[in-house]
Order: sequence, then C-alpha cells, then structure tokens
Amino acid sequence: MSDAVLAGLAGAILLDEMVPARAPWDHLVREGETLRIVDLEGNQSGDFLMYAAHDDSERYSAQDTIAAQANIFLRTGSILLSNEARPMAEITATTVAYHDTIGGACSCESNTLRYGHHTKAQHACVENFLTSNARYGRGKRDMVSNINWFMNVPVEVDGTLGIVDGISAPGLYVDLRMRMDVIAVISNCPQINNPCNGFNPTPLRVVIAAGGATRV
Amino acid sequence: MSRSVTADPQGARAHARAMAGTRVEAMPTVPATATAHRPAGVAPEAMLWEETLGPGGYAGKELERGARLSLTDLQGDACVSMLLFNAERPIERLNIADTAKVQWNAYLQAGRMLLSDMGRPLMSLLEDSAATHDTFCGPSQERSRPSADGPAANWSSHPAARGRLLLGVSKFGLGRRDIHPCVNWFKGVRIAADGTTVVQLGPFAPGRAVLLRAEMNVLVVLANCPHVLDRRPGYCVTPVRVSAWRGPITPPDDPRRRATPECERAFLNVDEYFRR
Repeated sequence: MSDAVLAGLAGAILLDEMVPARAPWDHLVREGETLRIVDLEGNQSGDFLMYAAHDDSERYSAQDTIAAQANIFLRTGSILLSNEARPMAEITATTVAYHDTIGGACSCESNTLRYGHHTKAQHACVENFLTSNARYGRGKRDMVSNINWFMNVPVEVDGTLGIVDGISAPGLYVDLRMRMDVIAVISNCPQINNPCNGFNPTPLRVVIAAGGATRV
Repeated sequence: MSRSVTADPQGARAHARAMAGTRVEAMPTVPATATAHRPAGVAPEAMLWEETLGPGGYAGKELERGARLSLTDLQGDACVSMLLFNAERPIERLNIADTAKVQWNAYLQAGRMLLSDMGRPLMSLLEDSAATHDTFCGPSQERSRPSADGPAANWSSHPAARGRLLLGVSKFGLGRRDIHPCVNWFKGVRIAADGTTVVQLGPFAPGRAVLLRAEMNVLVVLANCPHVLDRRPGYCVTPVRVSAWRGPITPPDDPRRRATPECERAFLNVDEYFRR
C-alpha cells in the first residue's frame, strides 16, 4: 500500500517523521536530496531556516532571495539563496499558491508588542530556533529573516500587511531540492494569537528523499 | 640626477605632512563641531558626526540615546544600506520582519520605529522627505552585481554593499554573522498585488533627507552603494551627507509614543531596559 504523502518523491526515503505541534526540528539534508514538508491538518505555519552544512555563517537570506526573483512570494521554481547569494535550495513543487518570507518568526519579545505583555510566557518560534541552533553552537547572531511555509502575508497598496487567514489545506506540501548540503531547521509555530496556525497548532510531517521530486 | 624627495625618512615625512589640509567631497569633518552644515538650533558642541560618504563609501559610529541622525541624499542618487545594533549589547539588532509586522506596514515613513529583535525601538524615523525606501532587497553582493569592470569587490572602484558592511562591522568587533537583513534608504521598493517588487530608483531631486532619533544607545553602520536591482550601466550612486548631534531622550509625554498600541508597548519595553 503506497502512502499518498510520498507520491512523486524519487529515490529512497531517508527519513519520514512527524514534527509535533509547537516543536522544533532540524536535520542535515544533502545536495540533491528533497525535503518535503506536509501541512497535515491545514494552515499550520512552519517557520524555516537553513544553514550551509560546511560553514553556518552562510545561511538563508530572504533579502537576497526576494531581490533575485523580484517577488516576495515563494512559489514553485523559487530559488532560495544564501547571504552569499548562492542557491541553497529550489522549490521544485508546492501545492500551495505561495509561501511567505517577510513575516518573520514570532518571539516572546515581539509578542509583547503585538498583543500585550500577558503573552510574554507563551512559547514562540524564536525559542524553537534558539533551542535547535544551540546544539550546533549557533545563537542569536544566527537568527535571520526566515521562511514561513503555509503562511499568508499579503501586502496592500498602502503597505498595510498582516498575517491573515491561511491559503493552505490539509495534506498540502512543499518540496525543496537542495543545491548544497544544509542543516534545515523548522519551528512548528506555536502562535495562538493570530491566524497563522488557525489558532490551533498542529503537527507537520517531514520526509527526506534521496532524489528529486516530480510534480504530482 | 636629482635625489627623490622620499629617498629618506625625513623627506618621506615632509612629503606626507605636505598633504595636510587637503579637502575632498567624501571625507569626515573632524572635529564635527567645526562643520559648516550645523542644523538650525543645534549648538556647535552638540555635533557628534559630520561625514560625506561618496560612491561605495561606508562608516560606522556609536550614538547615545536621544541623538539625532540625519542622512541627506545630496544629489538625488544615494542608496544607503544601514545596519543597526544595541551598542551596549550588539547581539540585539534591527529586525526588519518585526519592524514591518508589529507596525502592520511594509513601508518606512515618518512616525515609524526601527525595532530590534528584543521588542524595543532602536531608533524612530522622525522626518522623511524622501518616502522611497526599501526593506525587502537588502545589500548588493559581488554575485548579484556582475560587472564588465570586474568583480564588485572591496578592492575595486565599484564595491557592492555587503562587502562595505562587512568592513564597517569589523571595525567594531562584529563579523559576517552580524550582517542582518538591512534597510536601504532613498531607493524605494513597493510590492504589487502579485508580490512583484516595484523599484523606485530615481534619480530624484537633490536634498531629500531622513531624520532618525536614537531610542537606545546604538551602533550604526552605513554603506552607500547602488541598489541591488539597479541595472543601469556603470556604478550609479551619489554622495550622502551623514550628520548626528546630541539630543534629548524621548520624554514620557512625547505624543509619538502613543501613536499606536504597539508603539506604546515598545517604548514601555525600552523604558524597562533602561530601568537600572
């Protein structure tokens, strides 16, 4: 019996596991391998960063990525660039119209501004990123603008922006084929004060395949 | 054959000292108190920094809470990338995503805060006669600016911005990991409905300026290089005047502190930081 979630992935399945709600996850993903992140229950934001495995002072750069594609939305075909303007990964497929890379990661500190000081003790994505990164000797200096898979942040004509109701759905996914060896880090967003997780943090599923992926 | 003037140390010293008093456009005024461009109402002794950055120029300085920082696009084609840190603890730095998200707007204009990653305003944008700025595209890089004139390296005549920022932070003991997503002043990037970046490169009328106020003790690093999306041939960027002077810390009754609920809480956070 084949698992529909694995459809279109080429090569051996190297890893297939769940990321619990609110939790961080990180793993080495080698050049040529594909990382598939699945929005199991729909509209669950997965905050995401990548660090070059050989030298983690090279890391995902939202600004280099946006400038190179002249667009703020991440879609199929988007090349995710590093702060050295080198390709780290390509979105080879996604069943969501677009993903976000300007909305940032929630933090205890920014939560106090956005919602009030009553939120200071709530869990947040920066806490997850710091926790994962600390195992590799990384710290706050390594926190940079991230990707938010499955999150919707449109920008209006006058510049008004906000995290609004998501455009994802149960089972939708994104495939990243790596252009270099990276440490991929996910924070399964625990935010409950805005729609990014549908006000209900849920698990994500991550799969690493040895080869590329074909559009299903 | 006459002997070279620099054949011996005394000659070399005389040659070096003969340069004194040379003036070029891209240079600092030292002391800043001697500047001819002092803003109205600012006493000479309050001047902290007066420097013109030429094409590819960079500089950095620490400013105390309350200081004003003015950037003037002298000829209409400046593009100033800015890194911003808490000078007391540079691990705290400008967070571009929080700056947009917390203030519910992607475009910088007068009245906005430049927020750190710790929920505090590092600086406020008091005045802005340009209204064309960019928080999306970041600094140009060697790789993103291929040129017929050779690599856009620090040793070239047309360096890309990121290399200048690296030099700027290095002078303060920081490094590659501290080059955070930055603001580009004076070149605009707006977002179309389909997410396309729409650039506003000008060139614009001369003299547009932004005035910033330090809400914490900050470290500012600036680089003046062509915008990453500027495809004009050559190295199109013109000088920027950087001026800073001492000023009063934002008082508790400043109406800008209550402009929005988010602004109010940000200033409460910085007040708490300084409660020591």
